Amino acid sequence: MSWPRPAALGLAAALSCALAAPAAEFGRPASPAEVTLWDIDVRPDGKGLPAGSGSVARGTQVFEESCAACHGESGQGGLADRLAGGQGSLASDHPVKTVGSFWPYATTLFDYVRRAMPYPAPQTLSDDDTYAVVAYILNLNGIVPADAILDRTSLTAIRMPNRDGFVPDREFSIIRNARQPPASRP
Amino acid sequence: MRLTFTGRGRARDGGDPSRRRILAGAAGVAVAGPAAADTLADVPPRGPGAPLSSTSERSEYVHLSRIPESTPGRRPVDPSEAINSKAPLDRLVGTITPADLHYERSHAGVPDIDPARHRLLVHGMVKRDLVFTMEDIRAMPATSRVAFLECTGNGWENWKQAPPDVTVQNTHGLVSTNEWTGVPLRFLIDLVGADPGSTWMLAEGGDGSAVARSIPLTDEIIAEGMLAYGQNGEPLRPAHGFPLRLFLPGFEGNLNIKWLRRLKFGDRPFMTRWETARYTQLQANGAARQFQLRQEVNSVITSPSGMMQIRPGFNRLTGLAWSGFGRITRVEVSTDGARTWRDAAIAGPALPKAQARFQADWAWDGSPTKIVSRATDEAGNLQPDRASFIARTGTNALFHYNAQQTWAIDAGGNVRNVLA
Repeated sequence: MSWPRPAALGLAAALSCALAAPAAEFGRPASPAEVTLWDIDVRPDGKGLPAGSGSVARGTQVFEESCAACHGESGQGGLADRLAGGQGSLASDHPVKTVGSFWPYATTLFDYVRRAMPYPAPQTLSDDDTYAVVAYILNLNGIVPADAILDRTSLTAIRMPNRDGFVPDREFSIIRNARQPPASRP
Repeated sequence: MRLTFTGRGRARDGGDPSRRRILAGAAGVAVAGPAAADTLADVPPRGPGAPLSSTSERSEYVHLSRIPESTPGRRPVDPSEAINSKAPLDRLVGTITPADLHYERSHAGVPDIDPARHRLLVHGMVKRDLVFTMEDIRAMPATSRVAFLECTGNGWENWKQAPPDVTVQNTHGLVSTNEWTGVPLRFLIDLVGADPGSTWMLAEGGDGSAVARSIPLTDEIIAEGMLAYGQNGEPLRPAHGFPLRLFLPGFEGNLNIKWLRRLKFGDRPFMTRWETARYTQLQANGAARQFQLRQEVNSVITSPSGMMQIRPGFNRLTGLAWSGFGRITRVEVSTDGARTWRDAAIAGPALPKAQARFQADWAWDGSPTKIVSRATDEAGNLQPDRASFIARTGTNALFHYNAQQTWAIDAGGNVRNVLA
C-alpha cells in the first residue's frame, strides 16, 4: 500500500472505532420504491430493461422531435455526436465511431438514451419512446429492419457489429480482492 | 516599463511594447523589471494598505485563468461549447493547484446542488440498501490525501500532429493536484455490508447526463478510494462535484464521478456508454483497449514551454511529473533533443500519485535545440518517447497520451510545441 504510514494508522484507528458503531447511525434504509426510481442502469444481459416496446416508425417521430436538432437528420451532420455510419473505418487514419461502427451493446444505447438524452431534458422520454428511438438509431445503421419493434427481449438479443472489438486490460479482466473468501477467488 | 517573466523565461529588454505584452501574457504574471539605473530609491514608499477583507483576492498584477476548450485542434472555443477547461500549468508554482484553477471536465454542465437536498443511494449486492444525507457523510470518519487528478484526454492535442502555437496549458492542462478530504471507500463498503462476491461498483453522478462508470473493486481501490467532499481545505467547488464526488487516486478522471448520487454493487462491469463507446482507446488494428483505467507515468517541462521566449545564458528548467502507479522516483531532462539526459532535482516530498515538481539549471548557448523531460515512477515505468509510444498505440487512441513532450527552441529563443 502506498499510503503514508501515519495516514494508514490513523485510518485503521478510525475504522476500528467506527465499525463498533451500529450501521443505523449513518443513513436510513432505502425503500424498494425509491430504489426502483433511481435504479436506471441497464446491463448487456438485459438486466434493468423496463417493460414496454417501441417501433422504428415511432422512433422516427421521436427522433425528429427530440434528437435531430443536435444530431442532424438521420443522425448525421449535426453538432452532437454522429450516430450512424462509419462501419469499416476503425482501423483507418480517420475512424468514425458511431453506434453502428463502434458501440458493442445495444443495451448500452438504451441505458444512455434513457439516462442522458435528450440533452436539454434528460429522463423525460417514456420507456416506450426510448425503445422506439433506439430502434430508429439501430435501423439507421442497418442493424434492425424498418419494421422492427424492440422490447427487452428483442433488444437484448441484438448482436452489435463491433461486439468483439474491445480488449479489456488484463489488470481489470478478472477482479480479485482480499474481501473475497479464498475458496471463491477467481 | 519593462516586463519580465516570473521564473526563468524573461522578456528581452528594449523590444517593442506589443511583443512584451505578449510575453507577459504567456507568463501570466507581469512585474515591473528593474529600471536601467536600478536604485532602491525608486521602490514606491510604504503606506497604509487596503482594508482587511473577508476573502483574499489575487493581486491585480497576477492574471491566472483556465482555458475552456473542446476536442483536439478546436481553438479558441466559445465557453458554451467547451467540454473541458485547462489549468494554467505554465503559471503555477509548486505542486498544489488552487481549487478555482483545478482543471475541469464536465459532461452536461455544472449542476446547482443544494447539499441539504442531496442524497447518496448505496444498493445492489449489499446487506442493506441505504440512503445517506451529506450530514451523514460528514459525520463519518474522514481522511485526507494529496493526489493528482487527470483527464484521460490530457495530451490529446499531439496524437496526430503538434500544433505549433499552443502553450503547455493547451497541451497538458488537464491535470491538477489537490488535497482531497472525504470518507474512505472501505468504510462505506463495510457500512453497507457489500457482498464479498461483489467485484464491480457502479458510480453515478447527479449531472444532466448521469455519468456512470463501473469501478473495479481491487484491493488498491478499496484501500485508497474515498467519497470526497473537500478539496484544499474547503468544500468541493461545484465544477468539481459539490457536494460529493468519488475520488480514486491514480485512476482516469472520469471514474472520479462528480455530484455522486448512487453506488450500486455488482459482480461485473455495467458497460455504460462511457466505458464502451467513449473512454476506450482505438488501436491501429481497429480494436479498442477497454478498462485502461490507470493514468500512466507522465511529465512535462512547464517552463520554458510553448509560446514562451528565452534568452541565451542561464535558464532554469522546471516542470511537473506524475504517475498513477505511485511516487515519481526520477525525472531526467534533455536539452539536446533527447540525445543525452541528466537528472533533474525533484522537490520533496514527492508523494505517491501526486504531481512532483522538478527543476534543472541550464545554460543555453543560443543555438536552436529541443528540450524534453521523461519521468520514472516507483513501479519502474519509464515515460516513453513519442516514436515508440506511437509504434505501440497508433494515433487513434484519443486518450491516455503520455509520450514525452518536446519543446523546440529556435535561434530567437522562441519555444514551440513539436512532436519530437
